[in-house]
Amino acid sequence: MGKVLRGVDLALEEGQTLALVGESGCGKSVTALSVLNLLPQPPMSKTAGRIRFEEREMDGLSELDWRRVRGKEIGIVFQDPVASLNPVFTVGDQVEEALKVHLGLTVAVAKKRTLELLTQVGLPEPERIAGQYPHQLSGGMCQRVMIAMAVACEPKLLIADEPTTALDVTVQAQILDLLFQMTQKSKMAVLLITHDLRIVRNHTDRVVILYAGEVVEEGMPDDIFLHAQHPYTEGLLAAMPTFGQQGKPLTSIEGAVPSPFDTLTACVFADRCPKVQEKCRKEKPLFESEKNGHGVRCFYPSKK
Amino acid sequence: MLLSVEKITKEFPIQKGLFGTPTAYLRAVAGVSFDIEAGEVVGLVGESGCGKSTVGRCVVGLHQATDGRVLWDGKDIAKLSPEERRTLRRRFQMVFQNPFSSLNPRQKIEDVLLEPIAVHGLFRPSERAAAVQELIEQVGLSSKDLQKYPHEFSGGQRQRIGIARALACQPDLMVLDEPVSSLDVSVQASILNLLTKLNRDRKIGYLFISHDLQVVGYISTRVLVMYLGVVVEEGRVDQVLKSPRHPYTQTLLKASLGASVAVKGEQLSPAQVVPGCAFYNRCPHAESRCSNEKQDFQEVDGVWRVACWKWHKIG
Repeated sequence: MGKVLRGVDLALEEGQTLALVGESGCGKSVTALSVLNLLPQPPMSKTAGRIRFEEREMDGLSELDWRRVRGKEIGIVFQDPVASLNPVFTVGDQVEEALKVHLGLTVAVAKKRTLELLTQVGLPEPERIAGQYPHQLSGGMCQRVMIAMAVACEPKLLIADEPTTALDVTVQAQILDLLFQMTQKSKMAVLLITHDLRIVRNHTDRVVILYAGEVVEEGMPDDIFLHAQHPYTEGLLAAMPTFGQQGKPLTSIEGAVPSPFDTLTACVFADRCPKVQEKCRKEKPLFESEKNGHGVRCFYPSKK
Repeated sequence: MLLSVEKITKEFPIQKGLFGTPTAYLRAVAGVSFDIEAGEVVGLVGESGCGKSTVGRCVVGLHQATDGRVLWDGKDIAKLSPEERRTLRRRFQMVFQNPFSSLNPRQKIEDVLLEPIAVHGLFRPSERAAAVQELIEQVGLSSKDLQKYPHEFSGGQRQRIGIARALACQPDLMVLDEPVSSLDVSVQASILNLLTKLNRDRKIGYLFISHDLQVVGYISTRVLVMYLGVVVEEGRVDQVLKSPRHPYTQTLLKASLGASVAVKGEQLSPAQVVPGCAFYNRCPHAESRCSNEKQDFQEVDGVWRVACWKWHKIG
């Protein structure tokens, strides 16, 4: 049996934005799906651990109860906005549906609220756009509609799984600004899942680095960007090219992420680590946090 | 000059009339010119739909430009005889974006690399096996990998194979179309290192096409910024990326660093005909003059040119 996540602990406060960063195959999206109880079962299932939302145990919840939580108390924005919207309904209908189902609004009120939401997410001519189908809109506009849907019921938690990866960089910046504004206004907590370290620095309160299904480092953005302690985080930062360092070779991380089918009894990064020692190949390091909340899972963290 | 591109325009028919005659066109590239010298690395940066890949495909002859000329070694490729074309073709190679779809799944890596060598009649047949081995080692894979099929490799390894295949022809110029954008950042770094090394050791020139300004800035010496089919700014990397002059380049640079940007909206469709500046509808500095006047290049400093009449006011 493969293990995609190997004991991930996350805690998110009201109004906080937490970024979950990692490369492909590290378990970012599976974390998001687990939180929403949306894992495709089979083949996947949550084998251990628990999820609490506002002090409520979520594990025993029936599917019916989950449906009341998803979309209402926890909103989600997926990576590919064009594929996440239903192609046979107008985008207005899709935003309205959430309002009617979760909040029991009447058709007229829901229509009015939909237009407000579309305006809020910065779409020009909301009346016209509400009557259009997803294929008539650009990727950036579809993602704005997705955000409108996700925040329609004023959820307490918003999960954004690579919300800007499918978009152009200039549009990406607009969408992130929008997400940030929306959360500031309403005290919504955000779990931002991304592979791109560059976008998290300005928009988040905490950053969690995930590798092979384990949290390897966690801290404030400055802890991560200026005082990274885990060799994997250091590697990720050094691998990012910038035009100032032309001519200097980039630091690449050799090897590949371990497969979920590998049994890992030692440090998960040992095979690729430039600073690996005997101990790293035999024992598993524990996740240790300092007082300020900067934590790392490494026997020999960098101290600066 | 190794490569000269003179005012190329590429239009694709998007609507056809009753007898299949095109009635509407999408103008993907509208008058792009640039040169690449031997061994030079030129970056071409822009967002999706700006026409950068179309330029790349015109350069290697995969598309024929609707208007304008592409010159390989001073010779117009539209006027070459088939033999001349084949001989020159060897020296202008392409590496594609998606390493999963650009390799034949039924071909062993050895055959992937042998084919271009055989087609161009490089090496004596007895020496080819050794040549292929050298190639695969040069891109950081081992000779054992030659007997494998593409599905046995990761994305980064496949991209190395794509580079080895282009190298097999002993090219003078490689057009690299988003060679690292489907890769994780740690793998991306190793491919960029490989490309830098090949450029240094073998003096191969690159046209490096990417949407990522930081990647382009890292690898190139000169950069062209494209927007909606036209080049809006060009110059040496240290000029353009240090203090970009065109509002679009400024936006792109800010966005690539994760900062907030002042632009609104999105790129227009290339099917629309824009009378003035293509960036007009999004530009924070736009004035009425921008909407109806085509922007010509203005010289900022030597090779550094910008297609914006207001550049000195907004720098």
